Amino acid sequence: MGVRTWIQDWPVYRQLSGGDPLGRGAAARSRTTDGLRARTATADKVVKSICPYCAVGCAQDVYVKDGKVVQIEGDPDSPVSRGRLCPKGSATLQLTTGSARRHEVLYRPPYGTDWERLDLDTALEMVVDRVLATRRETWQDEVDGLRVNRTLGIASLGGATLDNEENYLIKKLLTGLGIVQVENQARVCHSSTVAGLGTSFGRGGATTFLQDLQNSDCIVIEGSNFAEAHPVGFQWVMEAKARGAKVIHVDPRFTRTSALADLHVPIRAGSDIAFLGGLINHVLSTGSDFREYVLAYTNAATIVGEDFRDTEDLDGVFSGLDPDGGHYDPLSWQYEGGDVQAASGERDTLYEERARNSAVSAAGHSEAHGSGGARADRTANSDPTLEHPRCVYQILKRHFARYTPEMVQEVCGIAPEAFREVCEALVANSGPERTTEFVYAVGWTQHSVGAQYIRTACILQLLLGNIGRPGGGIQALRGHASIQGSSDIPTLFNLLPGYLPMPHAHAHEDLDSFVDAVKTEKGFWGNMRAYMVSLLKAYYGQAATAGNDFCFGHLPRLTGSHSTYETVLAQLDGVCKGYFLMGENPAVGSANAKMQRLGMAKLDWLVVRDFSLIESATWWKDGPEIETGELRTEDIGTEVFFFPAAAHTEKSGSFTNTNRMLQWHHTAVEPAGDARSDLWFTYHLGRRIKERLAGSTEPRDRAILDLAWDYPVEGPLAEPSAEAVLAEINGYGPDGAHLSAYTELKDDGSTSCGCWIYCGVYADGVNQAARRKPHTEQDWVAAEWAWAWPANRRLLYNRASADPEGRPWSERKAYVWWDAEQGRWTGHDVPDFIPDRAPSYRPPEDATGPDALSGIDPFIMQADGKGWLFAPAGLVDGPLPTHYEPQDSPVANPLHPHQQRSPVRQLFARDHNRYHPSGAEPGAGVFPYVVTTYRLTEHFTAGGMTRWSPYLAELQPEMFCEVSPELAAERGLVNAGWATVVTARGAIEARVLVTDRMAPLRAGGHTVHQIGLPYHWGPNGYSTGDAANELSSIALDPNVHIQEVKALTADIRPGRRPRGPELLALLADYRLRAGITERTGTEVRG
Amino acid sequence: MSSLIGRNLLAGAEPDPAGDAGYGDHPPRMGFFTDTSVCIGCKACEVACKEWNAVPEDGLELTGMSYDNTQGLSADTWRHVAFVEQTRPLPAAPDHSGVDVFALAAGEPDGSAAGARDSHSAAPQAQQGADLTVVPSPDGRTELRWLMSSDVCKHCTHAACLDVCPTGALFRTEFGTVVVQEDVCNGCGYCVPACPYGVIDQRPSDGRVFKCTLCYDRLGDGMEPACAKACPTDSIQFGPLEELRERAAGRVAQLQAAGESGARLYGEDPDDGVGGDGAFFLLLDEPEVYGLPPDPVVTTRDLPSMWRHAALAAGGLLGGLAAAFAVFGTDRKG
Repeated sequence: MGVRTWIQDWPVYRQLSGGDPLGRGAAARSRTTDGLRARTATADKVVKSICPYCAVGCAQDVYVKDGKVVQIEGDPDSPVSRGRLCPKGSATLQLTTGSARRHEVLYRPPYGTDWERLDLDTALEMVVDRVLATRRETWQDEVDGLRVNRTLGIASLGGATLDNEENYLIKKLLTGLGIVQVENQARVCHSSTVAGLGTSFGRGGATTFLQDLQNSDCIVIEGSNFAEAHPVGFQWVMEAKARGAKVIHVDPRFTRTSALADLHVPIRAGSDIAFLGGLINHVLSTGSDFREYVLAYTNAATIVGEDFRDTEDLDGVFSGLDPDGGHYDPLSWQYEGGDVQAASGERDTLYEERARNSAVSAAGHSEAHGSGGARADRTANSDPTLEHPRCVYQILKRHFARYTPEMVQEVCGIAPEAFREVCEALVANSGPERTTEFVYAVGWTQHSVGAQYIRTACILQLLLGNIGRPGGGIQALRGHASIQGSSDIPTLFNLLPGYLPMPHAHAHEDLDSFVDAVKTEKGFWGNMRAYMVSLLKAYYGQAATAGNDFCFGHLPRLTGSHSTYETVLAQLDGVCKGYFLMGENPAVGSANAKMQRLGMAKLDWLVVRDFSLIESATWWKDGPEIETGELRTEDIGTEVFFFPAAAHTEKSGSFTNTNRMLQWHHTAVEPAGDARSDLWFTYHLGRRIKERLAGSTEPRDRAILDLAWDYPVEGPLAEPSAEAVLAEINGYGPDGAHLSAYTELKDDGSTSCGCWIYCGVYADGVNQAARRKPHTEQDWVAAEWAWAWPANRRLLYNRASADPEGRPWSERKAYVWWDAEQGRWTGHDVPDFIPDRAPSYRPPEDATGPDALSGIDPFIMQADGKGWLFAPAGLVDGPLPTHYEPQDSPVANPLHPHQQRSPVRQLFARDHNRYHPSGAEPGAGVFPYVVTTYRLTEHFTAGGMTRWSPYLAELQPEMFCEVSPELAAERGLVNAGWATVVTARGAIEARVLVTDRMAPLRAGGHTVHQIGLPYHWGPNGYSTGDAANELSSIALDPNVHIQEVKALTADIRPGRRPRGPELLALLADYRLRAGITERTGTEVRG
Repeated sequence: MSSLIGRNLLAGAEPDPAGDAGYGDHPPRMGFFTDTSVCIGCKACEVACKEWNAVPEDGLELTGMSYDNTQGLSADTWRHVAFVEQTRPLPAAPDHSGVDVFALAAGEPDGSAAGARDSHSAAPQAQQGADLTVVPSPDGRTELRWLMSSDVCKHCTHAACLDVCPTGALFRTEFGTVVVQEDVCNGCGYCVPACPYGVIDQRPSDGRVFKCTLCYDRLGDGMEPACAKACPTDSIQFGPLEELRERAAGRVAQLQAAGESGARLYGEDPDDGVGGDGAFFLLLDEPEVYGLPPDPVVTTRDLPSMWRHAALAAGGLLGGLAAAFAVFGTDRKG
């Protein structure tokens, strides 16, 4: 540096010589300042990715410098997120590169008191040993004389945070091993969605996509805290609002969503069916339904069989109830003149009936028996005047007649004025010119009648003509990056990929009898055999031939429910001995957390794959039961393996967002240390197992040996190619070419396809999920961004956006319409219909499958092509929704005074799972308050991906409860002080927020106080607190086995909870005072 | 340079702070417009800021003040979302029948015209809304409002922090923003009491001061600040200050027409006590409700006159002294 430069660099020189006489600008700049560059600008590469938190599916740019991720932020090209991220998405750099992540395998030997280190290879070999041994010891060839071909000795939980490709391999490998207890977060979050939407419309996914919210004239957010749980998706609500839409939030709490809504309607948790039923009653009693839509596109005119009896006839229950067994025989709910199969939900209920009829039908006598579903002449069984007393429309009218504004007030605590405002908004914003959209999330799903919550909204939206139309529909907001994907490619016990049902154990069941029993006669489920055979070809490859029924017999069989909650009981009973946790934290996140931990304490071995040492990995040394003395570390025989998992930035794969859109994320860097993807773990586990069993002649090993398991591996870690897995999921034709549509699938074994609804995602050998054409370069539907199932359709059932003649209902709401000149459907989206099927087309009577769809059947997966106002099949708790109180409720059911709860709810009367007295039952006053649980913006589910992040932890640093000033006064609670919340199951402490946002309501004749509890906390991590799930019981929806955690009862008292054995004494005292026994709350009738 | 002579550079009209800080050919002045009427309180701004700028986490304290556990701006918090729970009436919802949403969706001018028509048609209703008194619910409660607002350094036109900085650590950038140079700051702390908003703050661990840089490094590479980029609802908007002021004026008019009578801008006025803020706000209530000073004044406003007075006093003193010596000298001679 010359003297001259040195002098010129001197700030004083610059100040005196330049234009900055005060030396506060250019003259004051330091050399460091002059050299400043954004680290994004100096990065070596930018890798395209997708946010790993909720299911909005925000696109991310991952910046890599010198082999390290240096920044993660939003990708502005995304049509969904437009470059924005919520606090969690903004914290993904800390999540993926922070010090909270573990990178070494840990091992806890039986009865050990601390972790030990193991090398990855040894640990994996040990897991192989244990899988094979447990499988051998617990194998079942038959149960009750029926072939089951399985083991209940091993279970797996987790998948919603994983990639589709990982879920595919997990389900494939475990199914190959005969493991049926395969479950993930989708069970506990949105399983009721699949049953509710699926039975109503034909598919179990949200009917629309987030950007379409901007076209809504009215948005009703209920059962969802949209702004808090899906902040980036909420931008589309704000768009709609800016364009004049009315935004209504119906919720027990005034939340950040309510703050932005035009109207907040406080509601008692657990009473939404009564509210929605009231809206239905308003629409029906005022004749405000969209009659032309209802007549053409729903089953309103269909006549139901004579044997059907409604809850209004039978004092709160439907016909077919077995009062001893606590379940329904759904036969009497069928249409007159024939049974139809549901497109979703429980499809095995009528197996024997249908199998028998189908055998008869094959013999040519089906007509004589009046069976065959929609093959029966529809016109003969319907009344287009809607006047027949047994037509669905009239049944609905009678069923909902008592859901008056007064009843709504009595049940929900909603003032008639607020109710009327919602009624008027809905009716004014529905019809040919306008549309209303409903948005919900787990506030609706997690109830003992969760599927029926969704059904109620489906009925309302069908009556208003809002399904399949822009700005309309039902938006199910899912909460994990790929929880839609882990339903589509299910790590779920009851499903195979593409919502094919897992076979139950039946006598003489072969592929044909299975397909005949579960398929629909009409519509695209009529082609189920092609989907099933193609899946079996993808699973078993060369081994699957027509001669061996395509290895259908290899599939393990179900005998009832094997959901994650039954699995916990199986663990407690010593039946289930080995457990894989793949990115799920049930020790905190599942209902009745204590039973989850006690179940794990009975295991022989446990494999935990996660980023950090979550509660499910460490309960044996520091869980709540150690503190109370219920368990002693030295006495626990469970072997625990901890495998560090790779982050989304460290592996390639696809996430399916909440609107069925598959988006690919690319590997940015290799995972460090022992961290590996779940694809790697599953593939190499399977490879080693197959190598060990090579040459085995044991019949039980045939399925795993036949399993097609050849995947190319890449890179230094021998990572299996996720693209190769996606290509298998997409499927291959007879010539080995990539398939482009599920309509190409054959039932003769010439095609293979790992998930028929994903067929087309690898069309032309191109990864369509990786498409990233900026939204600024396409229309608002953005069809060239990624790929959505089915067939890249973004708005489902969009045939219904046109009138029966195929014309848009209005110019304002035009979306898809019939182009008579071209002889094709056309519009803004891929038509969700047979492309060249004219509106005027009527099928011949003997047509089946898609050929049987008429030109006015927009619901192409449904057995009758119609939206189901009344569900004659598919649900085990009734063809119509009816209000029942939650399992634990302070209110006596005002609607059905003699039927407090759903008669067929699924209960487990066991130790540690005691239920509360309700309503007027003696002892109910011991637990006088309603508790509802929820998420906060700043945290994620059970906290495994947020409580360890300092930037998120500091925003919501502690477990808290929210109470009204009135309740605070009643119980002596002080803002920012401590409170203890108590149920029969557990007691937790929380800091208190006293807020007007929690309003007491009047329901059932008295004041009901509600307590809000976020459920993110647990004892581990950077921010710690008690887990809300210590309070919840296992009380389930019988359709889908989802837990009721959105509405329960509790007591609250000031101060912190007792520690150690005193905590147990407190709980025992409460149970004693409430008179709780194993029979409490378990009645079927009454 | 010549234009600077004779002007008070510490207060009053200042249309070109960057130019007057020695940047001849400089980009337009950039700033933030934070529209709190669409803030959902998600705190993405807080996290995005900390991630980008590697600002340390600063304490796990549940405050009991609504959802605000951040409490305020500090050396370790450069964006802070305030939460204010109020019980007061909400305005009546405007009638939007007649809006062509598809035209709007397509971005057609018709759509925006429809939108404008709509806000006019909403005006009569808005008056109705304004007439509403607080209607208590049956149990005596009133309607709720939950205000959320993301606060940040105001990047004042006349920034006292910068005026008092003795080391030149604080400087005005070519974008007109005010930034601390961490390599220059010596931790004297003079700037801390100088800030009329209480924004700038010393980090206890090393004594230096830290605050929002409006992501100076990102701006240099043509990027927007991290908080504005992340903001899910575009509550935080970044851009040339002139454009933002125009947009904000339109937005406040729209809200007022829709019955949001409390809507107002804060810090946008070039004639206010700090010469207008580079980061200004649309608020729905009085600034004090959000913890903002109602009438901030640059604390160095009077510095020139103080110096003048001091100079005068010194001059007088010197003159007196000289006179005294002169007299004394005369006496000696005499």
